[in-house]
Amino acid sequence: MSTRPEAASPSALIVSRRTRFPLLILVRAEIRQRMRVPGFVMTTLIFPTMFFAFFGLANVRRTAGGAEIGAFMMASYGAYAVMSVALIAFGVSISAERGLGWNKLLRASPMGPLPYFVAKVLMALAVGFVSLALLFAFATVVGHLHEPVAFWVKLSGLLIIGMIPFVLLGLAIGYLASPTVAAPTANLIGLPLSFASGLFVPIRLLPEGVQRVAPFLPSYHVAELGWTLVGAGDGAGYAGHLAWLAAYSAAFLALALVAYRRDEGKVFD
Amino acid sequence: MVTTRMIATIQALVTPLVPMSDLPAIELIHATKHFGRLKALDDVSISVRQGEVVAMLGPNGAGKTTAVSLMLGLRRPTGGTARLFGADPRLPASRLRLGSMLQDSGVPAMLTVREVVELFRALYHRPITEAGAIEAAQLGDKRNARVATLSGGQRQRLYFALAIVGDPDVLFLDEPTVGLDVEARRAFWEQITRLAARGKTVLLTTHYMEEADALAERVIVVNRGVIVAEGSPTAIKTRVGGRDVRFIADGLSPDWLSDLPGVQRVSRTGRAWSLLTVEPETVLREIFASGVTISNLEVHGAKLEEAVLALTSANARPAAIA
Repeated sequence: MSTRPEAASPSALIVSRRTRFPLLILVRAEIRQRMRVPGFVMTTLIFPTMFFAFFGLANVRRTAGGAEIGAFMMASYGAYAVMSVALIAFGVSISAERGLGWNKLLRASPMGPLPYFVAKVLMALAVGFVSLALLFAFATVVGHLHEPVAFWVKLSGLLIIGMIPFVLLGLAIGYLASPTVAAPTANLIGLPLSFASGLFVPIRLLPEGVQRVAPFLPSYHVAELGWTLVGAGDGAGYAGHLAWLAAYSAAFLALALVAYRRDEGKVFD
Repeated sequence: MVTTRMIATIQALVTPLVPMSDLPAIELIHATKHFGRLKALDDVSISVRQGEVVAMLGPNGAGKTTAVSLMLGLRRPTGGTARLFGADPRLPASRLRLGSMLQDSGVPAMLTVREVVELFRALYHRPITEAGAIEAAQLGDKRNARVATLSGGQRQRLYFALAIVGDPDVLFLDEPTVGLDVEARRAFWEQITRLAARGKTVLLTTHYMEEADALAERVIVVNRGVIVAEGSPTAIKTRVGGRDVRFIADGLSPDWLSDLPGVQRVSRTGRAWSLLTVEPETVLREIFASGVTISNLEVHGAKLEEAVLALTSANARPAAIA
């Protein structure tokens, strides 16, 4: 029975070349999917720049306490941007794909679980960079904030490092929350954290209770990386803030692993 | 992808004592699967030769999908083993030679048909062309449409395209023609027949008995987690050996009919009765003797559907059939 190839349609028979960089195809598909959802584009690419336009643009060229307010605000709104990207990109997309049965189809394919996550991380990094670039370009062009290229590069690097704990938290949300509640959950965590860490309103203007809590929040330490760069840090230095972020990363990774195991156990054990 | 290649290399070093061509494509060896206290599969052994087309039949909850999920490596057996060409299906590299259509699966709504096929194609080492897969699934005019805009039948055909784009040697089709109209189902059967003619191994589950009869060389009937019968569609029908007796009558009780000699199953739709029996002549003699008037009498050999119903119905005894 295997000797009747003429029975098959000729085009279906063409065995073609293997895709050179499968991971690139995965990442491209991830980015395309996110960019076609208006809600995702709004929260991750538009909101950081929009909030800056509303709350920060007027003061962008002033200085306070020896630090430029404009550069300081770039660190604040940049921290908000990378946090949103990490929480929304993972939380919402993983949760939706669990509900959809897409990960089931992928699990039956020759792809292991790792490339799925790697592609998502690369997508989040790419979107994070674009979000920061939009914010920085807006501040430069509209706000006439002129900083050397080295500053933008250093700030981007620090903020992307600060993104790591939030990538892991987003992962945990993706496996804990059902598709309908994942997006609100991510926002309910992200927005209060941003406010309480002084990303939109300077910490010293916040209620006293919040001021006391702020130094314990992961978002605070992301922003502090940037604030330290512009000379407005709290004095703990990069090492201090990175230690905090590493501790939070470990905690969120543990949470994400528990959530992942629990979900996998239900569906794939 | 480096890791999958490494695993494949290791497997190639470990398994070649058995020539590849002699290995069964799919194997379950004394496989058991428990979900909590529920025994979904109980000591099931299945072996599918390379190039064979096998259909698994059984009612909902019989264990068909559980068996398939063990074969695909989606789930881990509680006891026993699952093998794909002799290797563990839970290793991603083992799945390079398989393609599948699964129940309750989905693809991202925001991607286009072409993009999803391109993505799946990238996961295999010797894929066919994107266009070839899309054409075989008859989705040529929908190639740039977003998945969200596809109808149920078109989605089903997209899953077929994803199953074949890697040019796999084994195809798992879990209820593949659900949601297809008659014409699309026929076209789909033709595709399966072509793939079988090219030497592909196909394992399908279906509740369309006609489908199993038309496509499969071998039928495995599963009920309550065990195999109750196995053989060619003809053998299954012969094994039941029954005749389907249909007529229209008033004033008959199902209990009385089930107690007649050799009656395996009684069903009715209004006044229309259908009996599955190995002794149709005796049964009819008894009915006539009871003085009941019957009309529209038909007696014919059981269809596969009848055979399977008889094998899986509550009072069917596997021992009596085997």
